[in-house]
Amino acid sequence: MELKHIPLESIHVQLGAKMVPFAGFLMPVRYSSDIEEHQTVRNGVGIFDVSHMGEFILKGERARDLIQKVSANDVSLLYDGKVQYSYLPNDRGGVVDDLLIYQISAIEYMVVVNASNIEKDWNWIQSQNTFEVDMVDISDGMCLFAVQGPRAAQALQPLTNVKLDSMSYYTFEKTAFAGYQNVIVSATGYTGAGGFEIYVSNEQAEGVWKAIMEAGAPFGIKPIGLGARDTLRLEMGFCLYGNDVDDTISPLEAGLGWVTKFSKDFINSDQLKKQKEQGIPRRLVGFELLDRGIPRSHYELCDADGNRIGEVTSGTQSPTLGKGIGMGYVPAEFSKPGTEIFVKVRDRLLKAQVVKMPFVKKL
Amino acid sequence: MNFPEELKYTEDHEWIRIEGDIAVVGITDFAQSELGDIVYVDITTVGQTLSKGDVFGSVEAVKTVSDLFLPLDGEVLEINPEVEKSPELVNEDPYGRGWMIRLKLADGAAVDNLLSQEAYRDLVGA
Repeated sequence: MELKHIPLESIHVQLGAKMVPFAGFLMPVRYSSDIEEHQTVRNGVGIFDVSHMGEFILKGERARDLIQKVSANDVSLLYDGKVQYSYLPNDRGGVVDDLLIYQISAIEYMVVVNASNIEKDWNWIQSQNTFEVDMVDISDGMCLFAVQGPRAAQALQPLTNVKLDSMSYYTFEKTAFAGYQNVIVSATGYTGAGGFEIYVSNEQAEGVWKAIMEAGAPFGIKPIGLGARDTLRLEMGFCLYGNDVDDTISPLEAGLGWVTKFSKDFINSDQLKKQKEQGIPRRLVGFELLDRGIPRSHYELCDADGNRIGEVTSGTQSPTLGKGIGMGYVPAEFSKPGTEIFVKVRDRLLKAQVVKMPFVKKL
Repeated sequence: MNFPEELKYTEDHEWIRIEGDIAVVGITDFAQSELGDIVYVDITTVGQTLSKGDVFGSVEAVKTVSDLFLPLDGEVLEINPEVEKSPELVNEDPYGRGWMIRLKLADGAAVDNLLSQEAYRDLVGA
């Protein structure tokens, strides 16, 4: 498949980014050092270009009905300017994708999906659209910058009249930003470090990027690659679609029960409800390595006798904790925090311990 | 990117400094830059006599792990103790303090088959 290019690619190359294929796009994975970039976001402010993400507009009198059907969370809890995390269950017990739902108005929503799933999600939602909802895929015309870190609000404040530090988590405003109209400023992120996600049109992208870099300069803003994005999200225990959850994994096993609302009907809700009542046989857990080593996806998880009990779905060296952390699926009896498990690394069994996520607690 | 002329290289991105019947082995500037921040050099073959191409250890970066292949037949004598404690030395000084092992060369080790600086530079297109 031919790689797609994000509009600001040349800016990233000039900034020294190493560009790699990710989810069908050529993306900046690292500008200087994964660890430095990670610390910049945890302690200061950094900017990610995540324009590969997909955005659809769903508009129509029955847009809410369509979303209620395809999404497991309860969209009726939203109000104008509110964002919700959810997922799209499939009809076979797995997950089509996880996503964010933005309520622009009671008849207009924006959903933000993973880059690797844009086409799949589009076809899936479209196949369920018996509500005459007008759907538009605006992904190719939009850029998305995530400005993340404890200094993000201060850094961005000169660019907008919206009071950034008083915005509630998971709310957004469509507003003037850096002199451009109709920019979506969203108090969301995938790092656990606080901050904002800024949605702009391709035409606005370069101007907005430069304005953010300039406004952020006094706060030490730096561009951050997908490498640090992955270690930041993993320290928070956030799932990555394709690693920790996919078409074949039960959302209840994946820990998505908190966004699964049985107070309404949605695709496959009967089967999921039954599963919940019967008990979840295996669970996604977080674990820390007690021995030195780094878990990687697909490494085996074992019991003390070396019997396979599951598999690592995501793993890394945590820059904050300085040790190996990971997530993986284990039988329920191994899922309690404190349980000793082992990770098979190059034929050695390294000792690990199940821990409650997030791995890094909020400061 | 820096590739010292006095060293030999392999297609697996290792460098070799021959000192009599001893070879000092590390990974190249290109390799460390591709891997990113190195957080663990895992070598468990000290004392073993291995053949060229055998895996003698692994180098773990934040994002990825890579096997280390023995560039010549011989016995792994020693790991760099500094790199065990401070793996970031491989990023900071790949040809100096970031060396990885000392190898006692077997008789007839095929030193002549290693790549020159020029050949390695061509290989990585740098």
